[in-house]
Amino acid sequence: MDNPYLPYSVRIDEIITESEDRSLKTFKFVFLNSEDEARFAYQAGQFAELSIAGKGEIPIGIASSPVEKGFIKFTVNKAGVVTSHLHNMKTGDIMGVRGPLGNCYPWEKLEGKNVLIVGGGFAFTTLRSSIIYMLDSANRPKFKDITVVYGARTPGMLLYKDELIEWEKRDDINVHITVDGTDDPSWKYNVGFVPPITEQKAPQGNEDSYAIVCGPPIMIKFTQPVLEKLGYDHNHIILSLENRMKCGIGMCGRCNIGRELVCKDGPVFSLSEVNQTPREY
Amino acid sequence: MKVIKIDKAQFADGYKALQKVYKLFGPVKEKAFYNFKELVDGRQADLSFQNTRLSPKSIVFPQSEDMFTYTLDEASKDANQLKPVPEKNESRAVIGIRPCDAKAISLVRMNFDTQEYKDPYWLNLFNATTFVGLACDSPCQSCFCTTAGCGPYHEDGLDILLSDQTDHFLAKELTDKGAKLMKAAGWKTKATAGLEDKKKTAESKITAKISTDNLSGADTLALYNANFWEDASFACINCGTCTFVCPTCWCFDIQDEVHAKNGKRMRNWDSCMFPIFTVHTTGHNPRETKLHRVRQRFMHKLKYFVDKYEKGIMCVGCGRCVSQCPVNIDIRKISELMNKQASKNICAVQK
Ligand SMILES: Cc1cc2nc3c(=O)[nH]c(=O)nc-3n(C[C@H](O)[C@H](O)[C@H](O)COP(=O)(O)OP(=O)(O)OC[C@H]3O[C@@H](n4cnc5c(N)ncnc54)[C@H](O)[C@@H]3O)c2cc1C
Ligand code: SF4
Ligand code: SF4
Ligand code: FES
Repeated sequence: MDNPYLPYSVRIDEIITESEDRSLKTFKFVFLNSEDEARFAYQAGQFAELSIAGKGEIPIGIASSPVEKGFIKFTVNKAGVVTSHLHNMKTGDIMGVRGPLGNCYPWEKLEGKNVLIVGGGFAFTTLRSSIIYMLDSANRPKFKDITVVYGARTPGMLLYKDELIEWEKRDDINVHITVDGTDDPSWKYNVGFVPPITEQKAPQGNEDSYAIVCGPPIMIKFTQPVLEKLGYDHNHIILSLENRMKCGIGMCGRCNIGRELVCKDGPVFSLSEVNQTPREY
Repeated sequence: MKVIKIDKAQFADGYKALQKVYKLFGPVKEKAFYNFKELVDGRQADLSFQNTRLSPKSIVFPQSEDMFTYTLDEASKDANQLKPVPEKNESRAVIGIRPCDAKAISLVRMNFDTQEYKDPYWLNLFNATTFVGLACDSPCQSCFCTTAGCGPYHEDGLDILLSDQTDHFLAKELTDKGAKLMKAAGWKTKATAGLEDKKKTAESKITAKISTDNLSGADTLALYNANFWEDASFACINCGTCTFVCPTCWCFDIQDEVHAKNGKRMRNWDSCMFPIFTVHTTGHNPRETKLHRVRQRFMHKLKYFVDKYEKGIMCVGCGRCVSQCPVNIDIRKISELMNKQASKNICAVQK
């Protein structure tokens, strides 16, 4: 019997410090056993359990994109036991990755549509995965307009800065970067919280457009009325939820919101689905 | 389906024969209470018990169970890599499991044996076990199995059903696994009588009831937002006894434990009644108050599970949580409240 709790062994190939306060690092992993890469076939929006022997496991969204081959990437905020330990690990260290887990963004429905991406803070990880996926030359024709609104507290807290600059220059994606505040006089992008910037910059919604929203609960709360005002239907507003998890495969019983298990039935839900649950997240 | 007569005088010999083939488990009395234990050194199951204090779920789902081992010794080429513990496939049999507890195990199976994932630890133990049930002729006052989709002679989840007939047992073979066990024990005298008469008498003795008829059609959020939860949860002290003793509760935690350089990853029973169960690392807790947690336990058993599997409620009416809750929170009363509330919603929709 396959053991769904057994992680694949991986080696840390590269560690990138993303934020000026060093609280966010991106870990690039390579599978020790090369066949495991094919077994780990994933789609943008899914997550995995990062496993450290002696410390435990943590659910983390997959930041690399299915179109990137040879490695997988995760961006981890230093928070508690496992994440702090991970932040102290070095390239070459061996650990485990278990997954891919959960559902993905509804790619079949998104094809042929305008896609608005709204992200805040370090929840931008699976959105990065999605953007890289959609911008891939084989995939870009499948989508209409792509708009991104992404915000962080300060310029130094933005993830994936090199890629943001590159996307800024392209004409097949509209990128609106914003920060809550900055004293940097050379800052040439937006200043303001994500919800009002979305209101100013995002295109009107209609039956041909979807919005994917990922960020801290407060940002999601204030973005929802903005999207409603812009005309996005609750069925077309896609959220990725977080709850405390252990098994990640629907068995340990802790991550449910009503009947739905965030780890297995989610983490991606439409707002109309979420509205039918007790919203215990 | 064959019915075999086993004279009580033959029982001991059968045991001896079974012990050669199976690891046996059965109810034994320790101090004031009965519990299921492994029967070693010729110890016999004490089938005069009424019900056990803990459910026998630990036979397939140990309270604490190793999943993986590993070494942290960097000198080893396998350092930091997890190895599954050896599979437990040896034949085992439980003698005297009550029909309610056996049905509970078959409900829990739906959680561990899914289309997408199979839990190898639970399933290996389950597949290796033969369940020999003992029908309930003198149920406890707190039992309400007959309205919980079960009954004192219920057969779901059993391989054999035994009925005590004073000087002998009647054994109904329900599966091939059961037939194999009967053969190994050498019990083969065909019976002339059946179990039906005693079944009817036993069923008529169970008077406590749980009301669930409106639940599956009810509006989830209306039940969730009903105003009785505050009162219903007021006395709860979050001790977790209810989930600990319940045969249908399966929530678990996964933890790593290290001694020197040797580590293991294990799972332990957990409980939705504990505040820490759902707390995020940020400190945010989606089920912050005991109202949330008591509501979760009953909504899961009586509504979410009902809707998800369409196989009835996640409770077999064993009565353990009713008799052991220190503050007398009673699932029968809560379900009554939920069922009443549900009837209001249904009426409102029909109008
Ligand atoms: C779907 C999903 C995607 C996510 N994506 C990301 C991401 O991309 N980047 C990111 O940085 N974060 C992400 N998170 C959040 C991340 O999972 C948590 O920050 C992380 O689990 C914290 O782990 P920790 O060990 O540092 O914290 P701790 O709070 O120390 O937790 C350690 C582990 O033990 C458990 N635990 C903690 N305290 C106890 C206790 N007292 N008893 C028993 N168990 C305990 C926790 O559940 C955790 O598994 C995501 C979460 C989810 C659900
Ligand atoms: S909820 Fe209570 S009565 Fe029902 S199966 Fe669990 S312990 Fe028994
Ligand atoms: S046994 Fe009673 S007091 Fe203890 S957690 Fe359960 S409902 Fe609360
Ligand atoms: S994390 Fe175990 S059920 Fe979702």
